[in-house]
Amino acid sequence: MSTLSFELERRFPSGATVRAGLTHRWADGGVVVLFGPSGSGKTTVLRCLAGLERPDAGRIALGDDVWSDGARFVPPQGRRVGFLAQDYALFPHLTVAANLEYGLASLPAPARARRALEVARLVRVEGLLGRRPAQLSGGEQQRVALARALAPRPRLLLLDEPLSALDAPTRDALRAELRSSLVSAGVPAIVVTHDRVEAMVLGDTLAVLAEGRIRQVGKVSEVFSAPADAVVAHVVGTENVAPARLVGHDGELAVVEVGSARLVTVDPGHLEGEAWLCIRAEEVLLERAADADLSARNQLAGTIVSLAPEGPLVRVVLDCGFRLVALVTKQSAGRLSLAPGGKVVAVVKAPAARLVPRVAVATAR
Amino acid sequence: MDLEALRLSFVLATLTTLVLLVVGLPLAQWLAASRWRFKAAVEAIVSLPLVLPPTVLGFYLLVAMGPKSPLGQAWVAVFGKPLAFSFEGLLFASVLYGLPFAVQPFTAALGAVDRGLVEASYCLGASPLRTFLRVTLPLALPGVVSGAVLAFAHALGEFGVVLMVGGNIPGQTRTLSVSLFDAVEQLDYARALSTSLVLLSVSFVVLIVTSLLKRAPGGR
Repeated sequence: MSTLSFELERRFPSGATVRAGLTHRWADGGVVVLFGPSGSGKTTVLRCLAGLERPDAGRIALGDDVWSDGARFVPPQGRRVGFLAQDYALFPHLTVAANLEYGLASLPAPARARRALEVARLVRVEGLLGRRPAQLSGGEQQRVALARALAPRPRLLLLDEPLSALDAPTRDALRAELRSSLVSAGVPAIVVTHDRVEAMVLGDTLAVLAEGRIRQVGKVSEVFSAPADAVVAHVVGTENVAPARLVGHDGELAVVEVGSARLVTVDPGHLEGEAWLCIRAEEVLLERAADADLSARNQLAGTIVSLAPEGPLVRVVLDCGFRLVALVTKQSAGRLSLAPGGKVVAVVKAPAARLVPRVAVATAR
Repeated sequence: MDLEALRLSFVLATLTTLVLLVVGLPLAQWLAASRWRFKAAVEAIVSLPLVLPPTVLGFYLLVAMGPKSPLGQAWVAVFGKPLAFSFEGLLFASVLYGLPFAVQPFTAALGAVDRGLVEASYCLGASPLRTFLRVTLPLALPGVVSGAVLAFAHALGEFGVVLMVGGNIPGQTRTLSVSLFDAVEQLDYARALSTSLVLLSVSFVVLIVTSLLKRAPGGR
């Protein structure tokens, strides 16, 4: 169990200032995603936590160890953090084995080799130990870099956009795998990303950094489906994200249970129970009553919780057995005479309900 | 052929190169990494020998090593003999004069090493010294070797500074190029020719080695 607590400010000569504060307690592994648009200062926060940059003001502490405050600054060597850079920063002149053993200098040689093999097995690169980084694919480099960071048993693992250097197909393939590796390593981790799918797949907790400070911290689904303010809503997008459980199949389609509702979705494959259900608010249609002639597979009866105008659109929050947000035009809202407490049917086509597989900390153990 | 001068020149160039590696690498690392405001002044001082006439530098060094200067007096007090017109004085002058030829390539090579690799090493618990020895230096090696080779070649043929600081004492300060000058003055063209040929061949080989190093795998 470890508690990270920081409150920091970093000023740049250009005039930009990043402020961020967070206190998080890891019970048993678990991943905090620091989410924000480009330029929001996510990487700066991560580098301050690693000790690679010194905050201009504030305090950083892990448990009882103060890493940084007005007087004291502990360099990276004294923090025992694992830092995974965006470009992986593997030592090009050393073999994979030597890269993995690099952080184990305090151990005798046989113990070093044993630990290197152990972490190599964890990310399945034990067959590549004799290679040089230049002889590895992007995905292999990513896995070696993760293993190298894990080898010295860090107290905290920091990952800066861990999949952004990869091409899209590799990224898709590696996302769930990275999540499994993080979960089975059991090390408290912070992942910086601006990619929503990455945030959903990798994270347990989501912290949204925007316009110079952390705006909201919560469970991934909570933050995505209930943004605290307009800035967060803009950053995370108008997407419904809800935890879903696979309950069966209907031909080639998957049937999932979300809250007390059931939906039919396209099966992404590799589903094992837990997943996120994602529906863009723009793709939710509202009707007065269910209509058997519609081709859409999901017609969910619900109650209107609230209405809020958003430019030419109206943001309608529904309770359909789970919380569902729909964006409709003002004209449609008028035609349907929508009002809080009213009954409507939300219509969602199966392809518009996307499933993102996830590995939960508890079930992976 | 003046074999004594040949031997002296090689010893001088070798020692100069060794001293430049010991002094120049830390200096170059500092120049490559530092963001100190007055770094440009240090860079200018290191580079001065590139533009300064060797005789000017030699004259200043001669005065600095003379029996009336603090350095000259301290040297006599410790070693019991004067610094000027000695091999040690010559080595000192040769190192100063060769500084930019070594430090500039060192700085370029060390500065080209990806900062992210250094940070990765720090985060894996390695001290700055261990990081320098295990990451920075191995990756900068082609540049460091070519700097050392250039400094060696330069020290081998140095004339102006040597003449001012060392004079012309056989076995002590009479280097190849001084011997060459001597030979020409005495119209001994056969000796001048063979001495020149040695210096020319060494320079040619050095340039070939340097360009091969730049193409070597790992060089960038």
